[in-house]
Amino acid sequence: MTDSLIDIGLSRGLAVLIAKTLGVFALATVGLLWTFFCIWAERKVAARFQDRLGPNRAGPFGLAQTVADAIKIILKEDIMHQGVDRWVFNLAPILSVMSVLLIWVVIPFTPTLIGVDLSIGVLYLFAVGSLGSIAILMAGWSSNNKFALLGAFRAVAQLISYEVPMALAMLVPVVLAGSMSTQDIVRSQHVMYLIAAPLTVLIFIIASMAELGRAPFDILEAESELVAGYQTEYSGFKFGLFYVGEFLHAFTVGLLIAVLFLGGWRGPFAEDVPALGFVYLLLKSFVGYFAVMWIRMTLPRVRVDQILDLGWKFLVPLSLVNLIVVAFLWKILPGTDSINSAGDALVPSLVLLAANILMIAGVGMLLREEGRRERARIAARRAAQPVSEPGSVADAAPAGASD
Amino acid sequence: MVPLWMYLLVAAGLFSIGMYGVLARRNAIAILMSIELMLNAANINLVAFWRYNQPAQVGGQVFAAFVFVVAAAEVAVGLALIINIYRQRRSVVADDVDLLKW
Amino acid sequence: MELTVESLVFLLFSLITLGGALMVVTTRNLFHAALFLMLSLFGVAGLFALLTAPFLAGIQVVVYIGAIAILIIFAIMLTPQVTAVRPTNSQWIAGVVVAVVLFALLVSIVTPLMSELGVEGWSAVFTEKNPPPVPADSMARLGEAFVDPQGYMLPFEVASVLLMAALVGAVMLVRPARGAEDEAPQAGAQE
Repeated sequence: MTDSLIDIGLSRGLAVLIAKTLGVFALATVGLLWTFFCIWAERKVAARFQDRLGPNRAGPFGLAQTVADAIKIILKEDIMHQGVDRWVFNLAPILSVMSVLLIWVVIPFTPTLIGVDLSIGVLYLFAVGSLGSIAILMAGWSSNNKFALLGAFRAVAQLISYEVPMALAMLVPVVLAGSMSTQDIVRSQHVMYLIAAPLTVLIFIIASMAELGRAPFDILEAESELVAGYQTEYSGFKFGLFYVGEFLHAFTVGLLIAVLFLGGWRGPFAEDVPALGFVYLLLKSFVGYFAVMWIRMTLPRVRVDQILDLGWKFLVPLSLVNLIVVAFLWKILPGTDSINSAGDALVPSLVLLAANILMIAGVGMLLREEGRRERARIAARRAAQPVSEPGSVADAAPAGASD
Repeated sequence: MVPLWMYLLVAAGLFSIGMYGVLARRNAIAILMSIELMLNAANINLVAFWRYNQPAQVGGQVFAAFVFVVAAAEVAVGLALIINIYRQRRSVVADDVDLLKW
Repeated sequence: MELTVESLVFLLFSLITLGGALMVVTTRNLFHAALFLMLSLFGVAGLFALLTAPFLAGIQVVVYIGAIAILIIFAIMLTPQVTAVRPTNSQWIAGVVVAVVLFALLVSIVTPLMSELGVEGWSAVFTEKNPPPVPADSMARLGEAFVDPQGYMLPFEVASVLLMAALVGAVMLVRPARGAEDEAPQAGAQE
């Protein structure tokens, strides 16, 4: 591409600039178009979970339904009510989509096709992810609406809390691969890291669900409490951008799970036929995406205080312990610094798997104990107040005092 | 590459702007933001000198990283102080906090 | 200075940095000031990337934009005096004078102005254009230096203690007094 541009007489710098710009446009367009398919797939899966059929009128299997919805949403009136902070209000949805699309830059689609193979790949992922919370804050603030502002408050409290375990989980593949570059992480997964670090995958999925702001962590737009949270005042195309951003982010989480833990484009013959690697990556990311959808469809919403408790008191310590154990074992196991084939990686991976199973078992026992205590506490409270009052707000105070 | 003095010029401009903010803004949070600008100006200088003088060493980058740490600590404590002052006096204007003034 | 892509990018990031900073200190709306602060710090991250310090650029975005700026916005929302009638105090003219004098002083030192005026001993290092390349494993060396007892291990540990102290201090400061008046904002307790 660059060479052919130089051939027609452009200077080298300009040719590189044009080629890169076209590449950026191509990646962004593919990403946004892919969202159409994601929305359809998610609606179909959601429908099956809820014993419905889902979209099935427009086009084969309802595939054109999303296109119709998109046309509808673009044609809607763009309402901007009084007191809105115009610039911020308009920038927020753009930033929301941008923060997700920027992640795609460092995703290695095939052994050769990657936006930029940054040497700080994982750090970049993390940095870009923090832009999303700014978009939500901007949306909530500029709407001049108390529900939107409350939603933004909750959102940021939640996103900041869960960035910590997510970063610690993302560090585990970095430790195992010895590199922050996403392409290197995929290359070094002779045995996929799902086997070496299953606990990390669990932490990563939980933290990413919270970062997504989806059920069970959707307090930031809990419709029964906050109308629609930070996007209450948005309509038409701008709402559509938020919507696209959310679905694209959900699929991107699947993509990240595939790249960081499931071996990315790796698979039989992927080294020789790069296109095959792309297929493997898609299949793997749909596994991750399906897990995200599955959790979303089946779990009820968690309370605000429970979310923060789960993040700070459970996930952060757990991911710290997990990171220390993995790093320590990886350091003392012989032969981990020269892994060149699946055979080399098998034994250390199995040792790590055993350690992970031990950790998961320990955590499970702790959780069971905690659950038993919580049930006992509730039972004691019930016994103390035989006449059950509907207003449970009054109950909360003595429970807090007895701690 | 761009000559070193251009980076230093940007840093000098950033530092001066931050200086103005610290001296002239009334809101304590705005003053804190201006201090952040000044810290960043110092950081640009550190990294630029590292790059142009001793790229083989790591000292400049290490120092810049410590500036990040100190900035984070400073903001955490500073904002906590400001929120506390707001609770006591219902104001975040720096001029209103004049208990130690004659 | 010849116009290369690199110098254009440098110009762009410098403008973002300085323009954002100017808006931070002049804009009336504090929330906008915080957003411009993010923009300015993002420009600084771009300058770091241009200086081949990608790790610092990434950290800059994570720490400053992802954490510090959001913390500042939180504080702005908890102290609702967003649009002050007067954003500046009575000494703002003095502030402008001090800033301009300071800037002129710094410019006279760091730019080649002095050598053109014929001042002896002006450091020629400031006009350096082609520094030696950064070693490829610069980032790995940085990481090792942080945990090397011969390197920066002690400052690194002290820095973590400082962060811990700041954390505890901040929590202590905003903790509502036990049994105190109920008018203390509840949101502060959550943070």
